[in-house]
Amino acid sequence: MYRLHPGRRSGWAVVVLVLAASLTGCAATIPKDALIPTPDTLERRQLQSRRLDGISETQLLAASAGVLQDLGFNIDESETKLGVIVASKDRSAFSAGQITAAVALALLGAYYSVDKTQKIRVSLVTRPALSADGKPRPDAQVIRITIQRLVWNVENQLTRIEAIEEPAIYQAFFEKLSKSVFLEAQQI
Amino acid sequence: MEMDQSAVQLRSYQQRAFDTADKEQTLRSVIATLQDLSFVVDKADLDLGTVSATKLSGYQVRMTVTARPRGTTQMLVRANAQYMDKAVESPKPYQDFFTALEKSMFLTAHQVD
Repeated sequence: MYRLHPGRRSGWAVVVLVLAASLTGCAATIPKDALIPTPDTLERRQLQSRRLDGISETQLLAASAGVLQDLGFNIDESETKLGVIVASKDRSAFSAGQITAAVALALLGAYYSVDKTQKIRVSLVTRPALSADGKPRPDAQVIRITIQRLVWNVENQLTRIEAIEEPAIYQAFFEKLSKSVFLEAQQI
Repeated sequence: MEMDQSAVQLRSYQQRAFDTADKEQTLRSVIATLQDLSFVVDKADLDLGTVSATKLSGYQVRMTVTARPRGTTQMLVRANAQYMDKAVESPKPYQDFFTALEKSMFLTAHQVD
């Protein structure tokens, strides 16, 4: 069984993972560092979090749900009492480069599997910001989103499971959120 | 009996007690810790006191963490993890999780017998 290392951009490597009971002979123990913070934990936290002032948690969650909808996500779960919204969307994962390679190899008699669909999952979590004396503030919130992706190929095998950590994606989300929050505050 | 003994042992390293009566803050700290550990939260329920999350970093780990009051002054936090299609039954991953949760909560994780 292959494992991808956290943080590595996997655009160039198609790894076939068969997540089924038929998998034999692979190490079945959890990786040693699976539940340990990594050196980039703090950096990742900053990338994935923003603080918003002048808004209640409920308003922020409502604005966030709006942004997720705008981005084509379906809301799967929510627990507003804990500031949690979970959303996902399924999209095609066909990439022109892969299809070209597949066709080329097919002409040579080899088979190259092609990614077909992907599911993108997002956890959006809000939490009141703390005042100087450590008490939760009602009018300032910290929002953190974590995103991950699963990709299947044309044989319905899982080829990629990864956290999404490109800064541009988070920045784009938070830009949309700022606009949405402004609208929410204006009660539009 | 051997099976009872190992079930008791398993439970002892899957749970810790924290000196707080605040279930909501405990669960919010659990959620923040899981996000720090690169998990995506799947489900959360304040009344039930549960949080479930999945980590996909080239491998899949699923965790469920529950928090419930223990007496009037403590919260009992129990975690169980699944790696691929097997339950995680060694103490170290849970120790790692509770170490991270301690930092998030600014409270000590007490062993529970």
